[in-house]
Amino acid sequence: MLYINCPHCGMRSQNEFSYGGDASVIRPLLEKEVSDKEWDDFVYNRKSLRGKHLELWQHIFGCRQWIKVERDTATHEIFRTFKADEEFAK
Amino acid sequence: MTQNFRIENGGLINKDKKLSFKFNGKSYFGYEGDTLASALLANGVHLVGRSFKYHRPRGFFGAGVDEPYAVVQLYRNGETEPNIKATEQELFEGLEAKSVNCWPSVNFDIGAINNFLRIFLPAGFYYKTFMWPKSFWYRVYEPFIRKAAGLGVASTKHDKERYEHKYEYCDLLIAGSGPSGLASAYAAAKNGAKVILAEDKPRFGGTLLTSDVNIGNQSGKDWSEGIISELKEMPNVIVKNRSQIFGYYDHNMLVMSEKVSDHLPKTKKYHPNKRLWYIRAKEVLISSGSIERPIVFGNNDTPGVMLSSAAKEYLKVYGVLVGKKPLVFTNNDSGYETAIEFKKNGIDPVILDSRKNPSSEIIDEAKNLGINIKLSYVVVAAQGYKKVKSADVASISEDKKKLGKIENIKCDCICVSGFWTPTIHLASQSGNKTKFKEEIDAFVPGQSKQNETTLGAANGIFSLEETLKTSMEAGSELSKKITKTDNKISIPNIVEKKSSQHDKFWCVPLPKGKNYKRFLDFQNDVAVSDIEIALREGYRSIEHVKRYTTLGMATDQGKTSNLNGLQLVSEIENKVVPSVGHTTFRPPYTPVSIGAIVGREVGKHSKPTRKSPMHSWHEKNNAIFVDAGVWLRPRYYKIGNENLFEASKREAKNVRTNVGVCDVTTLGKIDVKGPDAAELLNRVYTNAWLKLPVGKARYGVMLREDGIVMDDGTTTRISENHYHMTTTTAQAANVLSHLEYYLQLVWPELNVNVVSTTEQWAGAAIAGPKSRNVLQKLFPNLDVSNEGLPFMGYAEGDLFGVKARIFRISFSGELAYEINVESDNGNFMWEKIIEVGEEFRIQPYGTEALSTLRIEMGHVAGSELDGRTIPYDNGLEGLVSKKKDFIGKRSLQKKAFVTEDRQRVVGVVPLDKKTSIPEGSHLVKDANAPLPNPKLGHISASCWSVEYDNPFSLAILKDGKNMIGEKLYVMSPLKNKVIPVEIVSSHYVDPKGERVRS
Ligand SMILES: [Zn+2]
Repeated sequence: MLYINCPHCGMRSQNEFSYGGDASVIRPLLEKEVSDKEWDDFVYNRKSLRGKHLELWQHIFGCRQWIKVERDTATHEIFRTFKADEEFAK
Repeated sequence: MTQNFRIENGGLINKDKKLSFKFNGKSYFGYEGDTLASALLANGVHLVGRSFKYHRPRGFFGAGVDEPYAVVQLYRNGETEPNIKATEQELFEGLEAKSVNCWPSVNFDIGAINNFLRIFLPAGFYYKTFMWPKSFWYRVYEPFIRKAAGLGVASTKHDKERYEHKYEYCDLLIAGSGPSGLASAYAAAKNGAKVILAEDKPRFGGTLLTSDVNIGNQSGKDWSEGIISELKEMPNVIVKNRSQIFGYYDHNMLVMSEKVSDHLPKTKKYHPNKRLWYIRAKEVLISSGSIERPIVFGNNDTPGVMLSSAAKEYLKVYGVLVGKKPLVFTNNDSGYETAIEFKKNGIDPVILDSRKNPSSEIIDEAKNLGINIKLSYVVVAAQGYKKVKSADVASISEDKKKLGKIENIKCDCICVSGFWTPTIHLASQSGNKTKFKEEIDAFVPGQSKQNETTLGAANGIFSLEETLKTSMEAGSELSKKITKTDNKISIPNIVEKKSSQHDKFWCVPLPKGKNYKRFLDFQNDVAVSDIEIALREGYRSIEHVKRYTTLGMATDQGKTSNLNGLQLVSEIENKVVPSVGHTTFRPPYTPVSIGAIVGREVGKHSKPTRKSPMHSWHEKNNAIFVDAGVWLRPRYYKIGNENLFEASKREAKNVRTNVGVCDVTTLGKIDVKGPDAAELLNRVYTNAWLKLPVGKARYGVMLREDGIVMDDGTTTRISENHYHMTTTTAQAANVLSHLEYYLQLVWPELNVNVVSTTEQWAGAAIAGPKSRNVLQKLFPNLDVSNEGLPFMGYAEGDLFGVKARIFRISFSGELAYEINVESDNGNFMWEKIIEVGEEFRIQPYGTEALSTLRIEMGHVAGSELDGRTIPYDNGLEGLVSKKKDFIGKRSLQKKAFVTEDRQRVVGVVPLDKKTSIPEGSHLVKDANAPLPNPKLGHISASCWSVEYDNPFSLAILKDGKNMIGEKLYVMSPLKNKVIPVEIVSSHYVDPKGERVRS
């Protein structure tokens, strides 16, 4: 079971969180013309990579905040966690 | 009654307390502090089971968790449990156990015929043999294997025992209370660290209980007792015996199974049977010690052949002689230690040492005691069927290839020592890259992945002095970093006998003309010849060899067999052991009871139960409940002998003719507040929200980004910046997360706050042509006229002194209102509704009637909004705004979503107006078409229309828009039904929606 550092609450066990997928996906702006390709990339296409992955988790049994977690998908190592509005340096 | 094999003095058992027990129906006695194994051995019982494949007689091989043979079925307090190791089960008064793997009895076992047929049961036997003919698999092979295999019988009764889960956090978790565990725990505790020390056995101390050493002028046992009692007094230390750490998971989380009650005749009141600990540790110290390795020789599975360390433990801890004419077969000094203990108790052992000329303090002591030592000698084969009677022995050449003349020595047990294998399971589970240590012919932990450090024998360190020194240092250093305290403790003076180098010898060659079975894996009956076959057949990877031969795959996970198996593969393959590599260690280290894993989440506790504030009223009024997610909702209210069908029909009919009341508390409710609340709704729902006036409700549909309908419900504008959103019962949690996602991540600029208020409001829907009359009685001062409170209107009122919200919305399609009051007043509201509604013949109605009402009205719900449909499919395209953007809108342009013959919800009526249509049935054009018959759609929901008194269903049908009036067939192969039907509009009742506006 992962041990995730919620930037709002501190270290908490994985069973307080729910997984939210790739955090690098950016929703196209509302009212903007979007090509099929662009939209499919947003809705469906994910890299599913092995290694360092920036992903979303929601602290559902805690502060209910969506947070960003930088995690290795192979080793499960967590490098850093961020608040939703926090920018991160690659 | 005397125990022939119990020594007069010695052992750590309590001889003042006799305990009687039964094994295979026969009565025996033992003492408090015995295990089932030690008590049986004290009584001279060596035959405890039959082997897995060949049903050969099996005895005791070890004295603890490594035991491969002595697996029994335990009977305790009216319950039975399989897969119990007799070497771990503590004796209690009245214990009963039986052998497994034998039928009809352990002494006469029909399966033993397999032993004589063993030539037909080589490696891969099951794969090869039980393949053809295919029909034989279910009828003949599988039942046979099922009956013959297995390690006991699981109880089919409900388990009365209680199991607990516990979460704990600590600085240092220490697995094992031998010398390294005690030393490191003591050092860390002195530095103020929060320490958990876990020991799987009942007694602390590990090898200190059996080894002849001196620490700080005390015996090893006394020293360990002193340390333990000091640790127990310290508030920062948790010391647990009977507790096995069996799994090392991600991020330094370990799981430990504590046997709280297994050693007692019955579990104490309010105590659990077992407690599972989830422990998150900053640092983990693995002090799990080592397990003695067998040496492989002919018939080495005969009862009476056992590990020399086990023989020593039975003697020193339990005061039990495993034999009176022991033969010790060793390749290192450990065998001598066992022989010395026998000699000290007046028994004359014989030592066979594979080494030519070993010399050490221990060997000198054995010589001085006059023990018969034969050097360059090996056991070729054990003789005796149900018990060792003698041993064929021979001298062996220095290259270990040639045997001398075979001699026969009488003996009643053979104590084997092939040196020691560090217990690296936990380190390996944590992701540690283990490495092969040449000096000890075994793997030890290498590079750590998590915060784990392995100490002492588990790390291949077999000298006590070095173990204590390095362990104290590790405990001190690691704790210092955490607590910033450095209380130096001094290392006590240690006296231990020096031992000599072991012999890298592990398998005795077969003598000419003999074909003895030489077992590697004792629990799964894997012999040397099986590995040879696997390699001959081309298996190379150790993982494949393991699976083909089942080496190391039994419940003991190869604790005594892995390394010898690797030695054999490397020898045949001409590789060195490290390049063969070991198979992966996975949790659990030792079997864990399912009950402990499940914990308290059993039966009704397996999920939370949510009840509405009106629940007890429903109960009192004969409600039959149904699970709706985690909620319990009344399905129908039974009157007299009514069944579900009759009751729900009556309830629905009463709504259509008079008035009914339904508990709708379970609907999800979300408060949406803030200056941008309307903007959020406008982006979340498919329809327009910016112009909804205060005091009005609106129905909305929300999509996922892929265009699929996520949920629907009404949202009401309570005040300028305050909306009350409702969701379906099932989607309440998802919708809240969905809104939070967009507010926090996508549109953080929106100034809106969302919070669940599902728990805060109790809800009742009053529906039917007389619902206005009921409402007027409830709120005499409120203008409830069609003009005063129109369809989709909202009002606030005073319900006999209780503040209430009134929404004129309808799910049933009738004139209807939903009243919300604070949850605490829910029951009051409900009773008032029933009270004032009596004159209008109000009746409560459940979910079944609710379904009927919505289905015949053509209102879509969860069975149509099933995660596969878009608004058009549900006839909701009118609610999709063309003017504004919203979540999922772009996806609705996808080709598949705009095809001409797109699926759509329709109504279905059987032509005979009688036959009920099973939900999930398929719609086809031609009932007799060859299979696979092309499916045009499926029945999503069925009811008995109370309006027309005939069956009616909703279906999602291909090209549904143009299918109205078509005749199709409903096919349900499951119910074996073919029903001719007509497709009609989904709005079967009141298609214009006049009633809700009346
Ligand atoms: Zn949090």
